Amino acid sequence: MKKLINGVDAVVSDALAGLARAHPGILRVMRDPDYVVRVDAPVQGRVAIISGGGSGHEPMHTGYVGYGMLTAACPGPIFTSPTPDQILAATRATNGGAGTLYIVKNYAGDLMNFEIATEMATADGMTIASVVVGDDVAIGITELRRGVGATVLIEKIAGAAAERGASLDECARVARRAALQSRSMGVALTACTIPALGHPSFQLADDEIEVGIGIHGEAGCRRVGLAPVAAIVDWLCGAVADDLRLCAGDRVLAFVNGLGATSQLELYGVFHEVARWCTEHAFVIERNLVGNYMTSLDMAGCTVTLLRLDDELLQLWDAPVLTPALRWGM
Amino acid sequence: MQFTVDHVIRFLERAAALIRDHSIELTELDALIGDADHGANLNRGFTAVLAKLDDLVDEDIGTVLDVTGRTLLSTVGGAAGPLYGTAFRRAGALLAGRRILESAELVAALEAALQGVVERGKVRQGEKTMLDAIAPGVETFRDAIAQGVLLEEAARQALAAVEQGMRATIPMQATKGRAAFLGPRSIGHQDPGATSAYYIACAMVGDVERLMTRSRDVSSAC
Repeated sequence: MKKLINGVDAVVSDALAGLARAHPGILRVMRDPDYVVRVDAPVQGRVAIISGGGSGHEPMHTGYVGYGMLTAACPGPIFTSPTPDQILAATRATNGGAGTLYIVKNYAGDLMNFEIATEMATADGMTIASVVVGDDVAIGITELRRGVGATVLIEKIAGAAAERGASLDECARVARRAALQSRSMGVALTACTIPALGHPSFQLADDEIEVGIGIHGEAGCRRVGLAPVAAIVDWLCGAVADDLRLCAGDRVLAFVNGLGATSQLELYGVFHEVARWCTEHAFVIERNLVGNYMTSLDMAGCTVTLLRLDDELLQLWDAPVLTPALRWGM
Repeated sequence: MQFTVDHVIRFLERAAALIRDHSIELTELDALIGDADHGANLNRGFTAVLAKLDDLVDEDIGTVLDVTGRTLLSTVGGAAGPLYGTAFRRAGALLAGRRILESAELVAALEAALQGVVERGKVRQGEKTMLDAIAPGVETFRDAIAQGVLLEEAARQALAAVEQGMRATIPMQATKGRAAFLGPRSIGHQDPGATSAYYIACAMVGDVERLMTRSRDVSSAC
């Protein structure tokens, strides 16, 4: 294993310290329990939007804390969900009196830790709503679907709703709609190396790729031979669009996400093919996002997410945002 | 025979030692069908529990178990933290204020812990989880005690059931947790959560064995 670290145990801690030094105008990093809050939290009268999950997916979630997106993020150890005390502390620190929306990726650990935090926060008299994101069509059983790329889009949309003064119910409603309107599928060219493990979590031959991977180093649903990117995009987009039941003329946000070790050069190549595929099927790409936004440490590969847009979701997507990893309109 | 705070504290010390000694094994099992962190996460949690035990010697059993559960909740993360944390807290709530337990209360506490895992994990037996080790152990213990089997023997039977339950996860296909994403590829691997549950059960039974040995020593000395 070759990584730019001081030691296996210091990886997350050092990164949080660096995040705080890099973006003092946007966010604050709190320790023991660990959470990241936007610099002006709590924002009175505004719904707080909180997400969290294991570290190793940067910039998700800590890189999305700031104006117009997350009010707070709770980073766990690498690939391990945060604990209820982190979530509870973040909830207290961001409580502006209008309630709190948890955006939770559909993993057993994340669900349980956010559920316990909800019980504790509710007992403290705070009002909590939750939206669970499960957009990965690689998993056949809907209830088991992992939260992947769509999480970034839903955090942006929910954050924009909260910023414009929407109620907790309204924030939860648009977040749920965005979740229902989005699907993703990923492919890995290499596994990632978890620092504490020291070796790749699975092995792929030089001419093999893993289709339907998750973002925690877990293997995917099938292994196939390497193919030109056009063919890979055909599989990914086909699976995503079928599941979303996209129809000719539908407007979409197309999100090509790198998993950490794939160059921007290749990601634009992927997006070129996604655009070609959408044109062939008469889907209209109204907005796009191309880059490393939800990574899996140093995994090579990408996920493709399509979000079916309507006017409200489009407006919320376009609303101003100022976070370390996404910023526009201000 | 009776069960006191000392026994609970020695059980927790033994559990922490067993989890520490088997941490790499648990993580390697998790690497095969999960996300390679079970041993490291549990070791972090039980190390934190160990650090608190000195302050708990004068507390009642319920408090010791509740603090253990809260500590696991706030240090383990993942799915194991909420599951073990809830199990210890449910047992602790049942035994609030109690300093001495009879066998029947031990059964009730284990049943409360089991129910905590079922409810928090929304899990049934046969889904390749820690429940597949815990449930047969609790049921065997309950039935043995109900039939008047002595505590030491009941604990041995329960531990054998936990071990058998752990091994029974090998041919199962996971339908809960990250192993479920693998579908049929999860078959053939022992569940890491069932394995850590087995070590925790070993720590419990080890304590009972030691207790019985000591009580025999005491009686022979008399």
